[in-house]
Amino acid sequence: MMKNNYVIEVKELTKMFGDFTAVSAITFDVKQGEIFGFLGANGAGKTTAMKMLIGISKPTAGDAKVAGFDVASEAEDIKKNIGYMSQKFALYDDLTVKENITFFGGIYGLTRAKIKEKTNELTAELGLKDLTDQLVGALPLGWKQKLAFSVSLLHEPKIVFLDEPTGGVDPITRRQFWEMIYKSANKGTTIFVTTHYMDEAEYCDRVSIMVNGKIEALDSPKNLKEQYNAETMNDVFLKLARG
Amino acid sequence: MKQFRGFVIKEFYHIFRDKRSLFILFGMPVAQILLFGFAITNEINNVDIAVLDHSKDATTEEIINSISASEYFSIDQFIEREADIETVFKQGKVKAVLNIEKDFSRKLIKEGKAYVQIITDATDPNTANTIFNYVTAILQKYQGTQNKSTEFPYQIAAQTRMVYNPELKSVFMFVPGVMTIILMLVSAMMTSISITREKELGTMEILLVSPLKPFQVIVGKVVPYIFLSVINAIVIVVLSIFIFKMPVEGSLFLLGLESVLFIVTALALGILISSIAQTQQTAMMISLMGLMLPVILLSGFIFPISSMPVILQIISNIVPAKWFIIIIKGIMLKGVGLWFIWKETLILLGMTVFFIGLSVKKYKIRLE
Amino acid sequence: MSIVVSNISKSYKTVKALKNISFKVKEGELFGLIGPDGAGKTTLFRVLTTLLIADNGEATVAGYDLIKDYKTIRESVGYMPGRFSLYQDLTVEENLKFFATIFGTTIAENYDLIKDIYVQIEPFKNRRAGKLSGGMKQKLALSCALIHKPKVLFLDEPTTGVDPVSRKEFWEMIKRLQQKGITILVSTPYMDEAALCDRIALIQDGTILQIDTPAAIIEHYPKAIYNVRADNMYQLIQNLKAYEHNHSVYPFGEFVHYTDKRAGFIPVQLQHYLEEKQLAGISIEITQPTIEDAFMELAK
Repeated sequence: MMKNNYVIEVKELTKMFGDFTAVSAITFDVKQGEIFGFLGANGAGKTTAMKMLIGISKPTAGDAKVAGFDVASEAEDIKKNIGYMSQKFALYDDLTVKENITFFGGIYGLTRAKIKEKTNELTAELGLKDLTDQLVGALPLGWKQKLAFSVSLLHEPKIVFLDEPTGGVDPITRRQFWEMIYKSANKGTTIFVTTHYMDEAEYCDRVSIMVNGKIEALDSPKNLKEQYNAETMNDVFLKLARG
Repeated sequence: MKQFRGFVIKEFYHIFRDKRSLFILFGMPVAQILLFGFAITNEINNVDIAVLDHSKDATTEEIINSISASEYFSIDQFIEREADIETVFKQGKVKAVLNIEKDFSRKLIKEGKAYVQIITDATDPNTANTIFNYVTAILQKYQGTQNKSTEFPYQIAAQTRMVYNPELKSVFMFVPGVMTIILMLVSAMMTSISITREKELGTMEILLVSPLKPFQVIVGKVVPYIFLSVINAIVIVVLSIFIFKMPVEGSLFLLGLESVLFIVTALALGILISSIAQTQQTAMMISLMGLMLPVILLSGFIFPISSMPVILQIISNIVPAKWFIIIIKGIMLKGVGLWFIWKETLILLGMTVFFIGLSVKKYKIRLE
Repeated sequence: MSIVVSNISKSYKTVKALKNISFKVKEGELFGLIGPDGAGKTTLFRVLTTLLIADNGEATVAGYDLIKDYKTIRESVGYMPGRFSLYQDLTVEENLKFFATIFGTTIAENYDLIKDIYVQIEPFKNRRAGKLSGGMKQKLALSCALIHKPKVLFLDEPTTGVDPVSRKEFWEMIKRLQQKGITILVSTPYMDEAALCDRIALIQDGTILQIDTPAAIIEHYPKAIYNVRADNMYQLIQNLKAYEHNHSVYPFGEFVHYTDKRAGFIPVQLQHYLEEKQLAGISIEITQPTIEDAFMELAK
């Protein structure tokens, strides 16, 4: 694992809707194996920026490369090489655990044998061995989120994009989730995560904070707290956003 | 009262700000009436026919002329042999063939009768029937003029007269039907969607935890749609009278009252549906399947009820639209007054009371 | 007592959403219901606002019985349900006017109550509610819930999904409301917000784990918590978990909260152990428990 590889390179990335500039010339890089927190208030441009990075929205200006592929011209390659999980949707509630794994494995082109292997691996790790035939909708929220995270890693992508993955989950499960993230990062997977839980921002190696379409802060949580004379990331955020 | 007013005002805001419902409310009725009136017609105009004249004498020439002179028919071709009849039908060029027998004039004078065979393409039975009737009418007319100028005794010929709609104008059939559909659509479907939308959005929760009484919510939801349905009904009637020259023989006032009654029936149904459905989609589905379809198929709108199997005839009795169509046709085409349609009116009234009662009973003052 | 709840239980088919819940809320108190999704917060709120009938138990709100006097309760409480539940296609002003009207009052009559809140969205009063940002929608919803001067205010997860700035502003608004004598019952999954309440009830899986003031809950935390740090977070966590004496190991940002099973725990011992495991940059310091620590300890 070469830790000085850049898996995400963003230069002056911009998105405009008519006259309105949602994302204004943002620039940043993310190293391989890094846990990168992408923060910002609602409406700051976070979601728009992320959509561009995962290849589902075309930039108005600027460049970005994800996993070595250009976001504007090689969007399809990007989609094949990244994992994605969002709070709103991750798995099908009306399919069983096993069926979900099989389905998503299939989409990402895994062979039958590989899917079987992964299913065993996953369910053992999460303690879901007895629940493989359980409908995902019947699982408690915490288990769903953990399963969804694992499924996003089925095809062993270089980067995983997590969009507010721990919303509403109880504190213990949230930590288990983050332990899974640590484990992944340790193996070399890059984690790009957005969250509203400022305490989760503390888990990240580096954090960027967007305000009104621009990146106003980009550094490790420790450095940011020093810079803004704040005790927690929450306070950093408040100081930045309030100006 | 003020609370109620505030609620109704809010409902009007919703209606006028939702482009889709505006389209359904106003665009559709007009579109439907025009469509049905102009495009879909049972009438015939310039229908192509072929003539096989075995006699080719003066009389047959006069008959053929009177047929070709009418606006209903156009003689596409003359054929010479019986065998050609099938060919010409297969080609699809004509819808009917007039087969006039040999020695037509002589037989008419000598024996007092001669035959004209009217062969129609009944793959479209309605048109075939109409063609037959029209040709017969023309022949009768011709016969009538002939009889006047000779001394031969009368032919007591059966006369068919299409009462109330002599020209069998399809518009007269469709307008009552379309009006029923529109009123049912606007009143029932839109009301049920409006109520379920509150449930879906979650605003119903807030309405429940407020001093608003349940009946205020229901009536408040319904009032705008009564208002709009009445406007729709007026638009439809006006369009029918002025564009399609449909007569309204009976009292407009009575028509108005009965329409309001039907509107209320439909609204009650809408409320009933909304108490069962949890989402707007479900409400729409139930309205379409449970209301539209029976209205179109079982109300006597397009297909006569009397020609249906008995079981369907019985079922049609619980379709409110069936009774309303009878009422409308009565007032608009036959010009009858209340004493002729009191039975149907009473049935509609009874149904309305029943639906309202059921809705009130089912209205949930809590979330489950 | 503003709210008295006695042995309330509620099930949905197979799921027991509320199991024998009892608690009291004083008049003018800011009471927090703290717990994750699925804990039963929304169900409890719906029972107390008379939207659902409990299977067992009784309760009174503002002195009125849930079953017998539900109509009065509905006139006397303000309710802000979880989802954004205002009319998206009505403007800010129209929404407020509507709610004022159905409660038989006017915007002017109780304006002083909502003034602090409303002035922040007043510039947008002619904008459709659906077009407001999350923070503004919250403020509007709160205004609409207050406009009829309720005795009790029920706020179901009002800050969920909203950014930290708006969250802070919202809590400041609620605190100011409390000074005006309104009893407020708030539910939230955010543990840090718990500290802002007078008293809190920690709830998980339909059961109340503990009720007390935030300070008391922290004080009653049974163990000493240590902030442990090392250069490699992942290795640190793995090793701590493998340590035979560990009672709990929880990541907390750049530290790990560690508690030991033993009463006479000496941090230096742990340090040696971690050094043996090739970890660098180790630091172990005692720290104050948080509500979250307490919650996790109780929920275990």
